[in-house]
Amino acid sequence: MTELAHPPAQKSGAFGKVVLRWVLYILLCLFALYYLMPLFVMVTTSLKSLEEIRTGSLVALPREVTFDAWKTAWSGACTGIQCEGLRPYFWNSVLLAVPAVAISTFIGALNGYVVAQWRFAGANIIFSLMLFGCFIPFQVVLLPMARLLGLMGIAGTIPGLIFVHVIYGIGFTTLFFRNYYVSIPSELTKAAKVDGAGFFRIFWSIFLPLSLPIIVVTVIWQFTQIWNDFLFGVSFSQAGTQPVTVALNNIVNSTTGVKEYNVDMAAAIIAAAPTLLVYIVAGKYFIRGLTAGSVKG
Amino acid sequence: MAPILEIQNLYKNYGPVEILKDINIAIEPGDFLVLVGPSGCGKSTLLNCIAGLEPITGGDLMIGGKNMTDVSPKDRDIAMVFQSYALYPTMSVAKNITFGMKVRGVDQETQTRKLNEVASQLQIEQLLNRRPGQLSGGQRQRVAMGRALVRDPKLFLFDEPLSNLDAKLRVEMRSEIKKLHQTLGATMVYVTHDQIEAMTLATKIVVLKGGIIQQIGSPAEIYNKPANLFVADFMGSPAMNLIPAKARSGGKGAQIEIARGTGDPLILVDEHAPALPEDVILGLRPEDIAEAGFRAGADVQDASCLVDMVEPAGADTYVVSELGGKQVTARLHAETVATPGEMLDLSIDMSKVSYFAPDSGQRLN
Repeated sequence: MTELAHPPAQKSGAFGKVVLRWVLYILLCLFALYYLMPLFVMVTTSLKSLEEIRTGSLVALPREVTFDAWKTAWSGACTGIQCEGLRPYFWNSVLLAVPAVAISTFIGALNGYVVAQWRFAGANIIFSLMLFGCFIPFQVVLLPMARLLGLMGIAGTIPGLIFVHVIYGIGFTTLFFRNYYVSIPSELTKAAKVDGAGFFRIFWSIFLPLSLPIIVVTVIWQFTQIWNDFLFGVSFSQAGTQPVTVALNNIVNSTTGVKEYNVDMAAAIIAAAPTLLVYIVAGKYFIRGLTAGSVKG
Repeated sequence: MAPILEIQNLYKNYGPVEILKDINIAIEPGDFLVLVGPSGCGKSTLLNCIAGLEPITGGDLMIGGKNMTDVSPKDRDIAMVFQSYALYPTMSVAKNITFGMKVRGVDQETQTRKLNEVASQLQIEQLLNRRPGQLSGGQRQRVAMGRALVRDPKLFLFDEPLSNLDAKLRVEMRSEIKKLHQTLGATMVYVTHDQIEAMTLATKIVVLKGGIIQQIGSPAEIYNKPANLFVADFMGSPAMNLIPAKARSGGKGAQIEIARGTGDPLILVDEHAPALPEDVILGLRPEDIAEAGFRAGADVQDASCLVDMVEPAGADTYVVSELGGKQVTARLHAETVATPGEMLDLSIDMSKVSYFAPDSGQRLN
């Protein structure tokens, strides 16, 4: 608002600036509303009773707040013939996502460290091939992967899904870590070699402690990918090992009779909550980590 | 005494590109060897080869009488200080210094004792708990040296350790490194592109260009008797004057004729000159040209020159004149009065003259 303090000669210009500012803010508010509307509808609907949904307006606040829909979504909603809610599938997703994120992040760190700091003949070719892996469409690998999982005897199991996600994640995690480590001067590795440290010692003692920002970025990325994945989940799981996204789909699609919108909304929010949480908790590190490589220490 | 570092016929290739060609160097314990040359001459590569960080393509490398050609860096009994210092960013200064000992499994008590010794020697006791990021350039430099000192190696390697410091600090650290060399009596190999650093620190200088050794010698030898035009031009500031001239070898010595701005050539007689070809390049340090009458000696000859430019530099006054078609700089006393466009009586010390062949660039005397 310092524009207002300008001398009178510039008053008309200053006035124009203020108007522009306001137009900008109003536009931004409209956009924010547009994006927040669905969330608002989801939250309010999930807190209404079915009766109220039928009679009331879509955007109205609930007259009577009830958490029944949340309870049903968590532990009572039916997916096909079973009526256990999202709970078992939610834990399937946790059991799937946590190891898959951890393993793919660790392998990515190790790969990135090798490609960036232990240059060997053909390092660039191998890195390019890994990058290429990022661009392979999911659908292409479905059948070969199903066959491979069958041969390995882990088809339809959570370890099988972990395996698939780790393989698919390595391309991205390697890219992240490689780009981060390539900005670290190679003299650091040389100094450690002269000090007598070997390959793993240098990795553990020098590179991993430096990597917090990029680990956060990779974990957020991988967690979001793996938690939200539907295609692999629906293709490579069977009853009992399905992740939460597949269960959500089943809840929403297999309801007979009256459509329980409040339960659907609550289930959708439950299924989305972990990724939201990860962003809220680690979001500031995300931006920091993405830009950290460009800043000299 | 056996040489502490001996390099025999060392070659280093990157694919088809030859980086180092037929390097032969030997240094004695206590030597301070400086590898100097323009950027891209292979001096840092050579240092990395000595450290074992780069494998060598051909030849042998011995440290302390043992063949180290295929030995890994940690077993070569060396310590290295890097241009970027390469301090471990997440470790405290103390941990940085003791990391090598920790890796080698030295017991805690010895680690602490050595850490304290080195810290007091370098006056960094108060910094031990800080991170490298919290240190100034000079302090980081000290920590990097501490990390090398604590190892107590046969050979210290320095890779342009001062080039990241500002001018004042660089001079300070330079004399500190020199002091350290004298008190420790350690053997050091030091890479720099700065010829003044090379001159002030070295007991022995290797001048490199394009991966080939141009000259090995003491600073005085390199300065006074450069082996070729490259060394003559590279070492010394202001650079050695390299003046095209005609030589007529007589019965005793030679008569040297240099074209002069005024028209008539400058004739100099050098009684000690070897047999010279007709075309030569005369190498003359700026300080070997003095005001007439200031320098005495049988070989001092008068030469009056047309002054083109006067550059007072405080302690000295530089006078530039055109001789043999080249700008020739003379380093004169500060109080010298010279006016551009007028003649100035100078004298040239012919005993200090170097002769080079114009085509090969090699020294002739």
